[in-house]
Amino acid sequence: MKLTKLFTSAAVALGLATTAMADTTKVGFVYVGPVGDGGWTYEHDKGRQAVEAKFGDKVETTFVESVPEGADAERVITQMALQGADLIFTTSFGYMDPTINVAKKFPKVKFEHATGYKQADNVSVYSARFYEGRAVQGHIAGHMSKTNKVGYIASFPIPEVIRGINSAYIHAKKVNPDIEFSVIWAYTWFDPAKEADAAKALIEQGADVILQHTDSTAPQAAAQAAGNVITFGQASDMGEYAPFPRVSSIIDDWAPYYVARTQAVMDGTWESVSTWDGIGAGMVGIGEISDAVPADVKASALALKESLADGSYHAFTGPLNKQDGSAWLAEGETAADYGDNGLAGLNFYVEGITAEIPN
Amino acid sequence: MIALEKRPTPSRALSLSTPLIAVIITMIMGGLLFSVLGKNPIEAIRTIFWDPVFGEFAFYYRPQLLVKAAPLVLIAIGLSLGFKAGIWNIGAEGQYIMGAICGAAVGLAFYPTESRLIFPLMIIAGALGGWAWGMIPALLKVRFGTNEILVSLMLVYVADQLLASMSLGLLRNPEGMGFPGSRNFSDFPAGSSWINEAAGLHWGMAFAFIAVIFSYILLNRHILGFNIRLTGEAPRAARFAGVNPTRLILFCLGTSGALAGLAGFFEVTGPSGQINIDFASGYGFTAIIVAFLGRLHPVGILLAALLMALTYVGGDLAQGNLGLPSAAIQVFQGMLLFFLLALDLLTNYRVVLKSKGAA
Repeated sequence: MKLTKLFTSAAVALGLATTAMADTTKVGFVYVGPVGDGGWTYEHDKGRQAVEAKFGDKVETTFVESVPEGADAERVITQMALQGADLIFTTSFGYMDPTINVAKKFPKVKFEHATGYKQADNVSVYSARFYEGRAVQGHIAGHMSKTNKVGYIASFPIPEVIRGINSAYIHAKKVNPDIEFSVIWAYTWFDPAKEADAAKALIEQGADVILQHTDSTAPQAAAQAAGNVITFGQASDMGEYAPFPRVSSIIDDWAPYYVARTQAVMDGTWESVSTWDGIGAGMVGIGEISDAVPADVKASALALKESLADGSYHAFTGPLNKQDGSAWLAEGETAADYGDNGLAGLNFYVEGITAEIPN
Repeated sequence: MIALEKRPTPSRALSLSTPLIAVIITMIMGGLLFSVLGKNPIEAIRTIFWDPVFGEFAFYYRPQLLVKAAPLVLIAIGLSLGFKAGIWNIGAEGQYIMGAICGAAVGLAFYPTESRLIFPLMIIAGALGGWAWGMIPALLKVRFGTNEILVSLMLVYVADQLLASMSLGLLRNPEGMGFPGSRNFSDFPAGSSWINEAAGLHWGMAFAFIAVIFSYILLNRHILGFNIRLTGEAPRAARFAGVNPTRLILFCLGTSGALAGLAGFFEVTGPSGQINIDFASGYGFTAIIVAFLGRLHPVGILLAALLMALTYVGGDLAQGNLGLPSAAIQVFQGMLLFFLLALDLLTNYRVVLKSKGAA
């Protein structure tokens, strides 16, 4: 109890110190991978740089990279709060409980946790509707596959990843009824060796499209070596593999959100919110569709993207059944974000996927 | 010409002073590395070695050093017994995971009962889990003469898969909205290993100190410890003296397994908080380094674990405060180990200058 008091008084003292030291706002970022991963963490770090570029001397940003999820994360977040951070972004799902724990000890510091679901007075959550991008990917994959086999490198069986698999499958199936998905679970967000192995295994099984929900470019390299396999950039554009094998990409764009939240802290208008934005709000971008894709497919993919962006079409629109054949969405019905069978906690495949979710 | 000449007996003075010399050389070389990266070397070294122990927020970092060191001490003490006798348990990471799974499973089975009896039961289950995982390579070696290095190492990957399966299946938090991971022990006081969470003290630290004392007594005052040392230093003499190698193998692998299991158990119910897919963060492997760094001596291991903990905690601090990349910190840690092992040569050999003609 005594130490908690010490924490609070240290935080208060620092709070006073920072206000006294003119108005630099200190913003901390905790990353799960290295900033050079070319994917997830790379894009978060671009968001951090955007904050620096926008506010210049008025902000001071710090980051710690490759922080394991668990006890180490809690120490690193505490360290940032102790050093006087005003706003801390924790950018991986596994930082959820550590973020909440530290937030309790530092009520004056604002926290932003990516992809989680636990909110508090000083903890916001934010995520992107990556499944909208997956719909465009699935559309192109369905058109492009000659073997009718799509290989999917998945990370962890959490709702975000399962949403992506479902969305890609639904839209591939729509344009190619014979399409089949094989899923390999890598149980990692970033491990180039493991990701390369998974890609090679899928290619050997006959897949000529590789989709990845892991962050390194290793699957791109594996597809390039195979020669006749197409891929999509994940989290970042991965443009160095364009125009082939990388034919398009999903790009996470955190910069506008990070700038807006930092601004809110500066203005004193920060409030705990839950943000879940997609293509329309610009949090999810679709990378340039390369010329390896036929012009008509490119046009229909862009039309799909537009309809997702302006809200005229929802990626999960009925009729859709669950994998076991029971009804999920009726004709014309769209999936709700929350509640039973809601997208936030999605834990089942749609009908037609033959793989099983590990448990 | 410079040549190495074996000393008749290892130099005692050097054996005690090399760790200190190695740390100093690492500071100098590390300082050079940091200054090449454009950072103030003195400040960087101070941040890593001084600030966690004596800096402004030492009240928080000192217990964090113990949190980081406790599992390393527990595991390394167990490993040192086997290493002294030439029995190579490389799979402590697997035993660590199994201890965590078994201990946590027993605790979660009682959730949400509050009783003082639960925690001791969990401790026993954790130790037994690690012990059983260590007994597999032991029994295979005794019965079929398999190599314990390979078997124990391979069992790490089996344990990893079991961990993933437990986090997604049997031990998954029923209120976790479909996300992987067990309930958090911070919501279950009867099963928590924290003695005082605010002060950062947990039972694993108490057990680590007890393990150091017991191991010291065992090795110096007990016939079993004498047999262990004898087997390692003179296997033939040990056989003539009537040492039973089978019993020794079972004892060493069993004990190191049980201690690694305890380390995993205290970690999962305290600092880490929950069984999750990436709960294992390499303590089992780092402890091998700690065991050798500590010269396989109980007190040496305690100091080595604290030093390793310091480079981790201080390293994260340097990343956050000075913007050093995590790769630079890892190089720095690698340097420390390199110089320690390189200087080790000097305790067993002496450098002599020979003229060519004399040969």
